[in-house]
Amino acid sequence: MSVLVYTESEQGTFKKTAYEVASYAKGIADMLGTDVAAISFHAADAGELGTYGVSRLHNCTDAKLEKFQAAAYADAIAQAAQAEDAKVIVISSSADSKYLGSLLSVHLDAGYVSNVVELPSSADPFTVKRSVFTNKAFSNTQISTDRKLVGLSKNAYGLKENPTDCAVQDFAPTLKDEDFKVNVQSVDKATDKVTIADAEVVVSAGRGMKGPENWHMIEELADVLGAATACSKPVSDMGWRPHGEHVGQTGKPVASNLYIAIGISGAIQHLAGINSSKVKVVINTDPEAPFFKAADYGVVGDAFEVVPALTEKLKAFKAANA
Amino acid sequence: MKILVCISHVPDTTSKINFTDNDTQFDTNGVQFVINPNDEFGLTRAMWFKEKQGASVEVVTVGGAEVEPTLRKALAIGADTAIRVDTPAVDGYAVAKELADVVKNGGYDLVIAGRESIDYNGGMVPGMVAAMTGASFVNTCISLEIDGDKATAVREIDGGKETVTATLPLIIGGQKGLVEESDLRIPNMRGIMMARKKQLDVKPSVNATPETTTVKFEKPAPKGEVTLVDADNLDKLIDLLHNEAKAI
Ligand SMILES: Cc1cc2nc3c(=O)[nH]c(=O)nc-3n(C[C@H](O)[C@H](O)[C@H](O)COP(=O)(O)OP(=O)(O)OC[C@H]3O[C@@H](n4cnc5c(N)ncnc54)[C@H](O)[C@@H]3O)c2cc1C
Repeated sequence: MSVLVYTESEQGTFKKTAYEVASYAKGIADMLGTDVAAISFHAADAGELGTYGVSRLHNCTDAKLEKFQAAAYADAIAQAAQAEDAKVIVISSSADSKYLGSLLSVHLDAGYVSNVVELPSSADPFTVKRSVFTNKAFSNTQISTDRKLVGLSKNAYGLKENPTDCAVQDFAPTLKDEDFKVNVQSVDKATDKVTIADAEVVVSAGRGMKGPENWHMIEELADVLGAATACSKPVSDMGWRPHGEHVGQTGKPVASNLYIAIGISGAIQHLAGINSSKVKVVINTDPEAPFFKAADYGVVGDAFEVVPALTEKLKAFKAANA
Repeated sequence: MKILVCISHVPDTTSKINFTDNDTQFDTNGVQFVINPNDEFGLTRAMWFKEKQGASVEVVTVGGAEVEPTLRKALAIGADTAIRVDTPAVDGYAVAKELADVVKNGGYDLVIAGRESIDYNGGMVPGMVAAMTGASFVNTCISLEIDGDKATAVREIDGGKETVTATLPLIIGGQKGLVEESDLRIPNMRGIMMARKKQLDVKPSVNATPETTTVKFEKPAPKGEVTLVDADNLDKLIDLLHNEAKAI
């Protein structure tokens, strides 16, 4: 018996969320008195999995699994869970992991809880806390099945070092034709940009920016901070910015360390998407904007003056602290 | 083409979230319920298939009699018939099991569900139904075309999008992008009148046993006051972000 974790990688290298889910799985394994095994696809090596408490990596190198395939990945992870006799399986809350999670849950008859924010408060009955109502509340949820599938929210647990030796072994799942009913034709990904999902810092702007031609200010500020850019819903509805940047209840959730909101009023639907960000900064001309109630730091001022000035000052700060 | 649209009956997005019964139940007092926004995009796309490709559109909700106004709204928007599975929606798994039974017996070519419901945000139901029925599954779908028994879909991925093809029967987890926001429909008087005459079947539950239970809800701890920084003193903001918040 062990805790199995699915560690996501890109072009052979583990993503930061892989180390976060590994850290979390180690926390559960300690509660259960067992160890952590990982499964990954086309990982170049064990990376730092050992640092975060993983004892074994099952690495699938089947050529058919080089690109993400929800059904096939779910099937392979289910087989690894069976091989490990894993009672708890941990995945992340990335778009891909959520996609395969529901399939995996049915394959394994494992009760599934997504958006989990803490270690279980009890191992028996197995009870975890997850965010619900788009981050406006939490539910302490009990899983009653023998096997449990936990989807961890990004940045909720952080990285915890637990050095151990990680052995890598090749894992060859038996794949079926049904695993390949959905075929990827093309992928269109802005590879040079930080994505909202992975970003530590997000610079987001709303209708207060007046028009798409003013977004260079937002991009320059984001550049200095190595941040991803995002926007409010009307901004993407009007086509000023791509839909993928829309943050909120009907858009993307953001769980960054720092969220800077510029010219965004802070409507409840927008706030729903950013509640799990750690530090929030608001720049707005209107001191009554509801966003100030949700923010940690605020500047009442005109974005057209504040943003360029802040960018310059941050450049100097970065240069001095490099 | 026969389409089933799964509709989740959720609190309106501006609802205040409170709990009752010792924090074990969602407090519906004064709460407006609506069609889940992700499902609304899916329903509108289904209407497009109905009008342009002659599809029939059925909608389904798992829930007690209180969800019927939401189903009637979907009928008023243009769905042909509706099914209510008569049992409370207790967890994602149980809802999926009930829906899978409808799907298995309905002979649908396409099942459209929302990526997630904005109440419990589990994002589990569409994929579980697909796994339970053996249908192809595409999640976070932002564009969908059907030609014969072939589907071409675009799905949102972290940092971009991906185009996929799949064979029917297909189930999608849809979201904003599936149709333009401006194409979403508000029921008109004629639609509302017609909806009253449309068939709404109440189907008995298969009595799926949930796999998860909420033992207690909690609200986030109240947040402290915002620290305001003068627009002429941005060095102070940088100092606070660096030394106090440790965010840069
Ligand atoms: C079902 C539903 C779902 C929704 N989902 C979402 C969602 O997911 N995400 C989302 O964002 N919204 C969502 N909304 C919309 C939401 O209610 C708000 O309309 C939206 O968030 C407002 O965007 P905004 O703050 O950019 O624009 P506005 O409300 O127009 O606010 C602009 C702000 O900019 C400030 N401003 C103006 N000029 C300047 C300047 N020069 N410098 C600094 N500040 C300035 C103003 O004071 C104001 O506060 C949803 C609505 C509905 C009904």
